[in-house]
Amino acid sequence: MTTASDTTARAARAGSPAAVPRGPAPARKRRTDRRAWGAFLLLTAPVLIGLGVFKYVAIGWSLLLSFSEAEGTIALGDWVGLDNYRRLFADPAFGGSLVQILLFTLAVVPVTFASSLGLALLVHRVRRGRAVVRTAFLIPTAVSYVVASLLWKMSLFNGLPAGIANTVGGWFGMEAVPWLQTTEPPLFWIALITLRLWLQVGFYMVLFLAGLQAVPKELYEAAALDGATGWRLLRRITLPMLRNTSVAVLMLQFIAAFQAFDEFYNLFYGGISGTSSAPVQTPLLHLYNTAMGAQNYGLGSAGAFVLTALIVLVTLAQGRITGFGRGEE
Amino acid sequence: MKTNRPPRPATGAPRPAVRAPRPPARGLRPAVRGLSIGLLTLLFLAPFYLMLRNALMESAALTSPEWTWWPDVMRWENFTALFDDPALHMGQALGNSLLIAGITAPVSTLLASAAGYALARIEVPGRGVVLALVVATLMIPGSATFLPTFVVVGSMGGVNTLWGLIVPGLFNPFAVLLFRNFYLRLPREIEEAGRLDGLGRLGLYGRIALPTSGAMLASLGALSFIESWNAFLWPLVIGQDPSAWTAQIALSTFLTSQTINLPGLFAGAVVTIAPLVAMFLIAQRYIVEGIATSGLKG
Repeated sequence: MTTASDTTARAARAGSPAAVPRGPAPARKRRTDRRAWGAFLLLTAPVLIGLGVFKYVAIGWSLLLSFSEAEGTIALGDWVGLDNYRRLFADPAFGGSLVQILLFTLAVVPVTFASSLGLALLVHRVRRGRAVVRTAFLIPTAVSYVVASLLWKMSLFNGLPAGIANTVGGWFGMEAVPWLQTTEPPLFWIALITLRLWLQVGFYMVLFLAGLQAVPKELYEAAALDGATGWRLLRRITLPMLRNTSVAVLMLQFIAAFQAFDEFYNLFYGGISGTSSAPVQTPLLHLYNTAMGAQNYGLGSAGAFVLTALIVLVTLAQGRITGFGRGEE
Repeated sequence: MKTNRPPRPATGAPRPAVRAPRPPARGLRPAVRGLSIGLLTLLFLAPFYLMLRNALMESAALTSPEWTWWPDVMRWENFTALFDDPALHMGQALGNSLLIAGITAPVSTLLASAAGYALARIEVPGRGVVLALVVATLMIPGSATFLPTFVVVGSMGGVNTLWGLIVPGLFNPFAVLLFRNFYLRLPREIEEAGRLDGLGRLGLYGRIALPTSGAMLASLGALSFIESWNAFLWPLVIGQDPSAWTAQIALSTFLTSQTINLPGLFAGAVVTIAPLVAMFLIAQRYIVEGIATSGLKG
């Protein structure tokens, strides 16, 4: 049915130019031009002005600030060249935060990727009650990082001997530990990774499910006739057909993980000491403390640019390597 | 009208009367599969159960080594206490969040649709440049720009104001792109009829094109509402005064300032996610569609 109506639509479109009377008179053309411009500007103006002010002007201003001594002020003028960048790279805390976010990304992205793909493969086969199962996995995506951090910190990983994580650990002969404060071994990573997993896995599962639905059934039927089964079908047909989805999911996960802030702030923020007692700092937390805590907007701007540049570079490199956006292979 | 769906690949031969052989069904036996899905479902829903149970418990019972599946006496006063405590600002924070997300979702989606339509359907010289300017902002990661945006909004006096919380989030280049792709695929003859009826370009957009994108508006609007409601970094930066707190900030402040009133914390969490869970259950179809369209083209 879809195919039939599409064909008629295409046929009609092909014939449409002849049906439209074109006004050849130049005077009239100019007037329609101005009309077209008016409509175009009216429709695009809000977005253009908004992006202009809050992206282009903001980033330009911030770039200039990064070359200025701007502590407690957002005024420009006190030019110091690259001093802010030098200070930033000399600060072991910033370098450390970059290392730690890299570790975090390398841990959380593969785990989330594999889990969401696995869940999608499972849910895709469910015949009855698929909607219910999908909802169960998807509903955590509506939960904020604040709420999830609250649950993880105060309930699941609360460090009480009767806490959930310690009870489960006890089944395996583990002693009760304060999970979020234990750095040797770094048990707090488990809390961080499971939290993000719970929140995000349903989102990426839906992307994979959409990808799976786009795989033509005939491929499987043909392969099944050839005697291919289970793992071979998965390796030879399903995974290659999910290639574009996989690349997109990896990129989205990387960008999201590298900008992690919310859960680190809410899990580790401790009253007066702020986030300084946290076992792990992310670059964004470091920037937040520099800009909003110490009010050094020049140094903070420099950090924002370094971080942005890093993310853009890795995204571009990833796109290059995996050939994303190259279209058909 | 589902013009946003690619046509299904035509299958040449008519479908056989007998059901096609099941796609790969080996690997995992169905029973094992069913069981693992059941367990995983429970695992994913368990935090919601914990949240609700803890919110209704007594503080002492919550930390006792004795496990309670469900409190004998449900303490609903944990919820009313949230709104009675003036230091929490929970009522106002929820109101702020509702206002912010309630404005951001429809306005940002409509603005994106308008710009997307113009970029797809109104041919003027320089349109490519405008498109490039919009696309370029997509490359910039969102959170890293909190400081540049703060500098601009701060200089305009937007700190601790509702407009400072709302306005920078109204312009979504990604949604513009999605709408542009949508309107590019809109059949011309639909507009042709309107043009014959004497509609101008704005009329064609408002009367013809916009109504066809209802599902898309709902999907992106729902996602925008969730994102806006759950936003943390920007409200933290700009809403420093309690009068400008959002629900997330109020809850986060409550969480990071104390560890004593545990049931209160969980009650706050329940109150904070309730509107979204309700919306989620109602608009799930649109949300799933929104994720599938917006995620894949990212």
